[in-house]
Amino acid sequence: MHDIIQQLDQKRAEARLGGGQSRIEGQHRRGKLSARERLEVLLDPGSFEEWDMFVEHRCTDFGMADTRIPGDGVVTGYGTVNGRLVFVYSQDFTVLGGSLSQAHAEKICKIMDHALKVGAPVIGLNDSGGARIQEGVDSLAGYANVFQRNVLASGVIPQISIIMGPCAGGAVYSPAITDFIFMVKDTSYMFVTGPEVVKTVTHEEVTAEELGGAMAHSIQSGVCDRAFGNDIDALLMLRRFINFLPPNNREKPPFRPTPDPADRQEYSLDTLIPDHPNQPYNMKELILKVVDDVDFFEIQPDNAKNILVGFARMDGWPVGIVANQPMVLAGCLDIKSSIKAARFVRFCDAFNIPLVTFVDVPGFMPGTAQEHGGIIKHGAKLLYAYAECTVPKVTVITRKAYGGAYDVMSSKHLRGDVNFAWPTAEIAVMGPKGAVEIIFRQDSGDAAKIAERTEEYRKKFANPFIAGHRGFIDDVIMPHGTRRRICRSLAMLRDKELENPWRKHGNIPL
Amino acid sequence: MFKKILIANRGEIACRVIKTARKMGIQTVAVYSEADRDALHVELADEAVLIGPPPSAQSYLVMERIVQACKDTGAEAVHPGYGFLSERPAFCEMLEKEGIVFIGPKVKAIEAMGDKITSKKLAMEAGVSTVPGCTDVIQDAEHAQAIARDIGYPVMLKATAGGGGKGMRIAWNDAECADGFERASNEARSSFGDDRVFVEKYIEEPRHIEIQVLGDSHGHIVYLGERECSLQRRHQKVIEEAPSPFLDEKTRRAMGEQAVALARAVDYQSAGTVEFIVDAKRNFYFLEMNTRLQVEHPVTEFITGLDLVEQMIRVAAGEPLSFTQDDVKLKGWAIEARVYAEDPFRNFLPSIGRLVKYMPPQESEVVRVDTGVYEGGEVSMYYDPMIAKLITYGATRDRAIAHMRDALNEFFIRGVQHNISFLAALMVHTRFMTGRISTNMIAEEYPTGFYASDVPHDDPALLISVAAFLHRRYMDRAAQISGQLLGHERKVGNDWVVLMCDRHHPVRVDPAEGGYDVIYMGEVYQVRSDWQFGFPLFKGTLNGTAICIQVERRDMHYRLFHWGSQADVMVLSPRVAELQALMPEKELPDLSQYLLSPMPGLLTKLTAQVGQEVKAGEELAVIEAMKMENVLRAEHDAKVAKLLAAPGDSLAVDQPILEFESGSV
Repeated sequence: MHDIIQQLDQKRAEARLGGGQSRIEGQHRRGKLSARERLEVLLDPGSFEEWDMFVEHRCTDFGMADTRIPGDGVVTGYGTVNGRLVFVYSQDFTVLGGSLSQAHAEKICKIMDHALKVGAPVIGLNDSGGARIQEGVDSLAGYANVFQRNVLASGVIPQISIIMGPCAGGAVYSPAITDFIFMVKDTSYMFVTGPEVVKTVTHEEVTAEELGGAMAHSIQSGVCDRAFGNDIDALLMLRRFINFLPPNNREKPPFRPTPDPADRQEYSLDTLIPDHPNQPYNMKELILKVVDDVDFFEIQPDNAKNILVGFARMDGWPVGIVANQPMVLAGCLDIKSSIKAARFVRFCDAFNIPLVTFVDVPGFMPGTAQEHGGIIKHGAKLLYAYAECTVPKVTVITRKAYGGAYDVMSSKHLRGDVNFAWPTAEIAVMGPKGAVEIIFRQDSGDAAKIAERTEEYRKKFANPFIAGHRGFIDDVIMPHGTRRRICRSLAMLRDKELENPWRKHGNIPL
Repeated sequence: MFKKILIANRGEIACRVIKTARKMGIQTVAVYSEADRDALHVELADEAVLIGPPPSAQSYLVMERIVQACKDTGAEAVHPGYGFLSERPAFCEMLEKEGIVFIGPKVKAIEAMGDKITSKKLAMEAGVSTVPGCTDVIQDAEHAQAIARDIGYPVMLKATAGGGGKGMRIAWNDAECADGFERASNEARSSFGDDRVFVEKYIEEPRHIEIQVLGDSHGHIVYLGERECSLQRRHQKVIEEAPSPFLDEKTRRAMGEQAVALARAVDYQSAGTVEFIVDAKRNFYFLEMNTRLQVEHPVTEFITGLDLVEQMIRVAAGEPLSFTQDDVKLKGWAIEARVYAEDPFRNFLPSIGRLVKYMPPQESEVVRVDTGVYEGGEVSMYYDPMIAKLITYGATRDRAIAHMRDALNEFFIRGVQHNISFLAALMVHTRFMTGRISTNMIAEEYPTGFYASDVPHDDPALLISVAAFLHRRYMDRAAQISGQLLGHERKVGNDWVVLMCDRHHPVRVDPAEGGYDVIYMGEVYQVRSDWQFGFPLFKGTLNGTAICIQVERRDMHYRLFHWGSQADVMVLSPRVAELQALMPEKELPDLSQYLLSPMPGLLTKLTAQVGQEVKAGEELAVIEAMKMENVLRAEHDAKVAKLLAAPGDSLAVDQPILEFESGSV
């Protein structure tokens, strides 16, 4: 018996080494941690339960019969983050470059199936050269099996990917389907076709980093939700991120006590809105002063900066925040910002996370680039997302809410539960200047008259009270009391029940 | 006594005058420009009158508007504060004509002291020592030498039309004097088109020490000790104190008596200041007299126990001084630090904008904050960038310095850049601590600017134990989240590693009543605090001693600020710290190759073209921030390699605008 137990220990020790000490050191030289080290950082100490350590691939072609390594390039299992269950897989680049074999895929599928069964998130740590080419179609089948599960799990359990090395070709599509993609700067990249192929086909010279590095996907493509400085930063921030998410779509997001008083008043907000309507201000200040503990986990901070989205807590309960950012493009909605916010809103809706929306939107961005890029359909995504959404929705209009963009931004008409406006709010079809130019076109040559008309329009419409008369705004509130009013509204809405009509699924304008 | 006075000023001084008036039961009227609608002085005053658009030339300097405001509100007197109209004879005359009292000296005194030549002449007549020199224009080098020998070397040759250090030469002997004369007059000719030069005694290690005087309308004049204002940066006072660490009783009395003699010569009736330059041998020379309340008057108030504004108001109302020179006793030590909206790490570039966070230290017996702003207020481009004056008091100079250091720890400002770290660095500078200061000290000690490395923290254990406290509190709270696996909840360990300045410091953090005991290098640090998440000030005790540290949580780092130094600290479990050591040190990109945006703003113009060879000083780009155009110029000759931004882009601070060709910078 003793010998047998010792054998187990030995087998485990072998398996834990993955591709061997020298390859682990190679990984370190590249500034990366090994697959198991990453899990040590991500999970509570001692909580990781590994499965399928002894799984090996079954390929015999191209000399593969001699290169069997237990675990086959991916470490899978479950553990806890602050005591809460998560399923994980961590690809091991030291084993055949972390390439995906059929067995490798089966391991991932196994933990996904379990996660779905018990209703817990799946976190994938991606560091893989791609398909195990020696296995041919078996490897492709493996990918597809993962994709299928990703899709079925979507909206049921949170799925998060961190890209911590290469992720190329078909491999990108599993992360692409998951809810969030985090990347590590300088050591990770994602693309469908790599720089060599790009060069052959389009004669473009581009490095892997330029083509699909963390910054390219953070700034240009919006594929990456957050980029971090190194493996440790990424994994520890992911621990913090998980704290906002419920384990599945049937449960409420987790409560965490806060000493921050719900009725905290912030008098400095009374001067946040500048005197001049075209002067920008930083919407992030409002968010940070309203949420618990000055703690806002921003999503996609470098993409479509004209809209801010992210997670925070109010009264200890997670909320999703969506806010126009007047500092960038005057906070208008365009293609990128609509897509960014729409996906965020739908995530929150799927996982019972209430939405708090701060509105200062002058409208949609004009121009051929936008129109020909399909702003009609992309803008409609955000409209669709808000309209479809059944979680509690609290909206605060701080300044401009013009035109169709007013409707889109969680308005009363799209089933906003509580809609507040600051006294500085201007809810109208358009800004006074534009409106007067249309209504009083005959006066267009007369600057004095136009100025007078503009003032008249401003007095009449550039305030929250017209909307208030109609009940489109539930109350006009003091900026300094914003936190208290939102906290109370969310408390009132905590047991909100609302169901959309049964259907197979809606048809969001994709 | 007046029933109502108007304060013809803004900012901290307006607020300060209002406070005294209120204490005396006098109603106050504030005036404000359009940029100051929401300003603190407007809120504090009983009434407020709008006097024009933001630029001071169209508001605070328009005498007619202010006189009108007095008439409209029935204010019987005007306190001018400092700056603006405080030393304008025409303003006093206009008020007088309307029967409104000017809370300040009489017109004649202002006129006499407002003119450099008249004031010097008056001073000499009154027996006040002046800088030896000859105001006559010098004919040639020999003439210069003759005068120089007469007043004694070293001497300074100065252009009559001079300014900004141009056309100035120091000479230590005849040869240098002849040479200096030629150079100074040549430079003066090319710079000002006027080659006239005069000779003056050159003061070595000059100190700026001034005497506060106070006179009434009944012929009484007293002096209230001195203020040392030698710590200046480019002629802008930074730190002032009273008394001066340099003066002895004899010199103090001599200076005081001369100051009173001068004040008497112009029948001075109010608070005023006689400025002297003092050399290394305690010779003092009259510079000028300021016929108004000085910015730095609070240090005198602390050590004399007087309220100078109250005295000014009483004198203006015709009351005699209620005390004599013999009653004036200087007690203790007071120091004032001027908190400016400027970035000490970027060559003191002025900063404007919204005060997103503004938490001045708590006022007490020993701490006074004169401020004209509040959280959510604005530091405007139109006016002086001084945010506040922080004044501390102590029985001794060391105590006053200690209070100042503590108070600076508590001063939390975000939204605009500020010089708190620079002030804190000065407080622990050996030359300041030993009182060996001069008006050149800042230029001598920080010749190429101020750097974060100028203020190393002298007690790392303090920062380490506070960081350990912060992290443990966050971790303990994280462990309270709902939805944990029953029976397998998160247990927070006691062993941690604090990473600071690239070094790993293992600590043990044990929960204790009201805080944690941090064990570091075998020592126990009892950290107690009711600090709560997100609060920017960590106030508590360390082994029973009160501490205050500014904290900001930035992703995985805690940024700590204490005693002027800043540290980015991480706290990790021992295993993660071990793995952290494997993480590559990321090299910061060499930013000298880039033109960076010094402020957030809109790129309105990009003058530079790819491939262009630019010369130092040439315009490269224009950034508009807060309605102000900022021209960015090349610092060196270089070749432009790449444009990284386009006109119309909104830029973040430090965002690269263009790249220079490597090796060309």
